[in-house]
Amino acid sequence: MKNRTTVERASERELVVTRAFDAPARLVFEAWTTAELFKRWWVPRSLGMTLRSCELDVRVGGRYRLVFGDDPSSTDEFFGRYIEVTPPSRIVWTNDEGGEGGPVTTVTFEEKDGKTLVVLRERYPSKEALDAAGTGAADAMGESFEQLDELLAIPGTNARYMG
Amino acid sequence: MVQCLSVSFDASFAALSDATRRGVLEQLGRADASITHLAEKFHMTLTGMKKHVGVLEQAGLVTTEKVGRVRTCKLGSRRLDDETAWIERYRQLWDARFDELDKVVEELKRKEKVDGRKKRK
Repeated sequence: MKNRTTVERASERELVVTRAFDAPARLVFEAWTTAELFKRWWVPRSLGMTLRSCELDVRVGGRYRLVFGDDPSSTDEFFGRYIEVTPPSRIVWTNDEGGEGGPVTTVTFEEKDGKTLVVLRERYPSKEALDAAGTGAADAMGESFEQLDELLAIPGTNARYMG
Repeated sequence: MVQCLSVSFDASFAALSDATRRGVLEQLGRADASITHLAEKFHMTLTGMKKHVGVLEQAGLVTTEKVGRVRTCKLGSRRLDDETAWIERYRQLWDARFDELDKVVEELKRKEKVDGRKKRK
């Protein structure tokens, strides 16, 4: 059975994502910190994007850089710095592509009975920064929920929603 | 809060996965209606329509009120507000990501098992 991903807005400026994995923490940590493995899951196919390059220097003070898109002239990239690395239980990094105002992400891997609970916290410097990021993420994830919203606001039968 | 959110989304999708129930929502968007009226309109038994309305009610999409012997249905107040919608999209992104991570981790697990067996030999 598939483990469920939950998201909670834990405070005005913090989002918390959780998910359990049926594997020991060291394997989840390995998949998170090895570039060849990381690039296989960070950009899911449903996002409609490709990860052109992925450099991870996972150690305190080390940098990471992810470049998206097939077009070599595109500079759609994400980068930042690891500020805490504690194998196999904790990684903290900055998200610097947006200049100041980017969130600090903390991921912890808690192992229990051979399973690992992943808790990822994105802490933004302000409520406004989180709201702005939310709008961006919403755009990236497509229109399906706006469609559902429309259906609920102006009820009408529309089989497209149901796939 | 997380649990509530996911439960209500699941309930909404389940409620909307049925053509009759979508029709009922459309109908109630035009005017409130009794269960009897809805049953006639959709050529169903009263019991069948009660079940559909029950599912919609559970999802918060419809509310019902009994006045005398007549149960009247109207559209519920629940709407997917903006924050709920973008948090759900954000969740979908992480869910898709973590599904892929699951595959990578399963592969590492299998590999470790094979390597372990080799070591024992």
